[in-house]
Amino acid sequence: MTQELVLEMRGIRKEFPGVVANDGVDLDVRRGEVHALLGENGAGKSTLMNILYGLYRHDAGEILLNGRPVEFASARDAIQAGIGMVHQHFMLIPVMTVAENIVLGVEPRNRLLLDERTAERRVRELSERFALAVDPAALVGEITVGQEQRVEILKALYRGADILILDEPTAVLTPQEARELFAIIRSLQADGKSIIFISHKLNEVLEIADRITVLRRGKKIETVPSSGATEASLARAMVGREVLLQVEKAPAQPGDVLLSVGDLHVRDERGIPKVRGVSFDVRAGEIVGIAGVDGNGQTELIEAITGLRKIESGSITVAGRELREARARAMLDAGVGHIPEDRQRRGLVLEFSIAENIALHDYAKPPNAKWGWLFPARLVARAAGLIREFDVRGGGPLTRAGGLSGGNQQKVVVAREISRDPRVLIAAQPTRGLDVGAIEYLHRRIIMERDQGRAVLLVSLELEEILSLSDRILVIYEGEIAGEHTGEVSEQQIGLEMLGGRERPAA
Amino acid sequence: MTTDGSGPPETPEEAAASGTVAARFALKQRAGGLVVPVLTALIAFLIGGLVVAATGHNPLLAYRDIFNGAGLNWIFHPTTNIASTSAYNLSQTLLQTTTLILCGLAVAFAFRCGMFNIGGQGQYLIGLYVANWLGYDFARMSPVPHILIAIGGATIAGAAWAGIAGFLKATVGAHEVISTIMLNWIAIWMGEWLFGDGGPLQNAANKAVPISNDVAASAQLPAFWGVQQLQALDVGFFVAIAALIVFWLILNRTTLGYEVRAVGFSPEAAAYGGISVRKNLIRAMAISGAFAGLAGALDMLGYLYHFGVSDIPVSSVGFLGIAVALLGRNTAAGTALGALLFGALLFGTTHGLSSNVIQPELAGNLTYMIQGLVVLFVGADVLILYIWNTRRKLRPRAKQATT
Repeated sequence: MTQELVLEMRGIRKEFPGVVANDGVDLDVRRGEVHALLGENGAGKSTLMNILYGLYRHDAGEILLNGRPVEFASARDAIQAGIGMVHQHFMLIPVMTVAENIVLGVEPRNRLLLDERTAERRVRELSERFALAVDPAALVGEITVGQEQRVEILKALYRGADILILDEPTAVLTPQEARELFAIIRSLQADGKSIIFISHKLNEVLEIADRITVLRRGKKIETVPSSGATEASLARAMVGREVLLQVEKAPAQPGDVLLSVGDLHVRDERGIPKVRGVSFDVRAGEIVGIAGVDGNGQTELIEAITGLRKIESGSITVAGRELREARARAMLDAGVGHIPEDRQRRGLVLEFSIAENIALHDYAKPPNAKWGWLFPARLVARAAGLIREFDVRGGGPLTRAGGLSGGNQQKVVVAREISRDPRVLIAAQPTRGLDVGAIEYLHRRIIMERDQGRAVLLVSLELEEILSLSDRILVIYEGEIAGEHTGEVSEQQIGLEMLGGRERPAA
Repeated sequence: MTTDGSGPPETPEEAAASGTVAARFALKQRAGGLVVPVLTALIAFLIGGLVVAATGHNPLLAYRDIFNGAGLNWIFHPTTNIASTSAYNLSQTLLQTTTLILCGLAVAFAFRCGMFNIGGQGQYLIGLYVANWLGYDFARMSPVPHILIAIGGATIAGAAWAGIAGFLKATVGAHEVISTIMLNWIAIWMGEWLFGDGGPLQNAANKAVPISNDVAASAQLPAFWGVQQLQALDVGFFVAIAALIVFWLILNRTTLGYEVRAVGFSPEAAAYGGISVRKNLIRAMAISGAFAGLAGALDMLGYLYHFGVSDIPVSSVGFLGIAVALLGRNTAAGTALGALLFGALLFGTTHGLSSNVIQPELAGNLTYMIQGLVVLFVGADVLILYIWNTRRKLRPRAKQATT
């Protein structure tokens, strides 16, 4: 890494109706540097990068590329200037090959036709040069998520990117794949490429970045070399106060079995078996975490337990009562509380008020209603109490739920589920999309509920979350339990099981 | 917690403060039932006026005469004396309004459950048929039970007719727009058969005309304002007003309404809350059909008394109900105002307009033109809000990408 600056953004300001997304933000990136951009939801990271990538126009400030001022009217301009961006959600065409995807739009031509051989050769050269192992002839629909990401990176490199923006690159990866990605980043760096790494995972940022810029509420807080920073110092800069990063919890004191799943089989809506013979128990006062890569049957498992999906065979027993029928109401009445993975589509009726949302499960029960007659004032009164108790900010009982921030929406969901005093609490991706402060709150709350004697089933794609909260960990792979751990276990071991590679017990 | 206030504005209040395009839309949304429909109606009338002007007439005069023709000038010198022209005109406008309120509610209720009931016309016709049959049979009954049986039967028939579409949607996923349109046609051809030559409900006295029997005197609704023989405003008007109140109460004060609204806003969240989505789709559709069936009953028992094959293609109040509901934003109060507007247009354009003021061919069609424009603009408005909402949805997603 040299001291030479390839990119300077000075005093960038971007205003959206009613909010200043970027307020005089400075960012400078050196040649061959990995520069992390860190910040909470809505801190302005995306806005800043979208400005750099030509997707937004800034209201004030200037961008200097290799010392020269530039104006990008579109992403095309930015790509031409040597800026590449890998979005969190890949934009690849599954029915085309890796090489075809990479050259799309800038194809080498053989008169009018695509020169397939040249395309494949160039892609192969690139992938060898940066140790980005991927088969140019493979169909994108048939490669793994980690490989898809490499294709996206190759796509940017193929277009001549010198500055590569990676938006939350590890969010979709297993720990092993993340390791490989870091190796790729190192090799890009060695080749003189500059990388802007957007993340909210403090440990990752500290590991991979040379320097870190922290944004908070649209303003740049600091740019620090990662060597001098700690997780605590970064969290403080992000949130603006001290944050408890380590979840503190007493050892679990498991009681009776409250949730028991026996040889469960569930199919998805296309009839494909998604849960294939899963059995486990969750006891009162313990948190059982289910780790796994997205799409390995977690969603179907939860939907079955909460009565939202028909089960093929097997049994689900809640507090001693076996439930055969797939009826959400029956599960709710049996004492299952459910923090769903998609709070905006499932957990809340966004157009309903907070009060109406809090009554979602028991609007028809006294005192909310009698003989089919609803008492809105009672809904409001109850909501007002819970809003205070759970510290929901941004509105009162009559505020539309859709008008709240993500963290406060989740608090409404949590308030509703916990206030019903469930025996079993199912938390699916409870902190997805939330920022450090809200995550801290939710983690503390989940442990508090465990200590109240509830049986907690935690499903998360964040391995870190599973590791720090769970008393027992189950790993799910292709609809089967691939491993079970109590006590200390390494991230590597679980990561291996998440990919189906069960380590043989030593003979 | 530090999650408050750092993201883009998510409540309309915040957005409205900045006075941008975004804020204006938020303001429209917040104003909910008022700004948009009033603008929609004004623009529709403006364009209607341009067409009148294009034919060489003064649109202001045309609208003044329609206003007077609808009896709305009654408010300047109110009187209960039906002999007064304005009072008579108003009574006729209110008679149309009665039907339109119920046909509007038939669309609005399904809409609140997330469905578009295009079948108001078919449900209305079924109501007419059943009311005619029940009103002609049981002729020796005393009035009160006879009227209740005829109204009740027609209402239930309308509910069952619409319930078919709800059932098909809930069980096999057939889209309600398609199935209600098809049910309209079935209702239309059913009428041709019922009242046609040799049909089961054709006039018993005169087998030569494809017209139904007359409703017995015991089933005719009492007139409330005017002379019954001269098409008086009957007590059905109050039934429609009561229906408006019932509509509001069901939606806002019952658990049924809570379920309907939850399913309408988000079927997935409703299911998660333990609400049966299927049950509510069928139920909401049936309640919608009940409103339309009731409209048919009130028309039949209130002033039509009989119905002929040739009347079927002329009738379109069920479709006008779509414009009424859209303009009224699917609320009770909005539907009442929308029904009054279209009731006045319907009656005001169809009689007593001088050809010096408006071309006669244009007069009757002005209502349908304005109806079409209203549907178009309300549709476009929904489209604009949809695009706006997609933008709003996209932004938080982009934001989430950098969590």
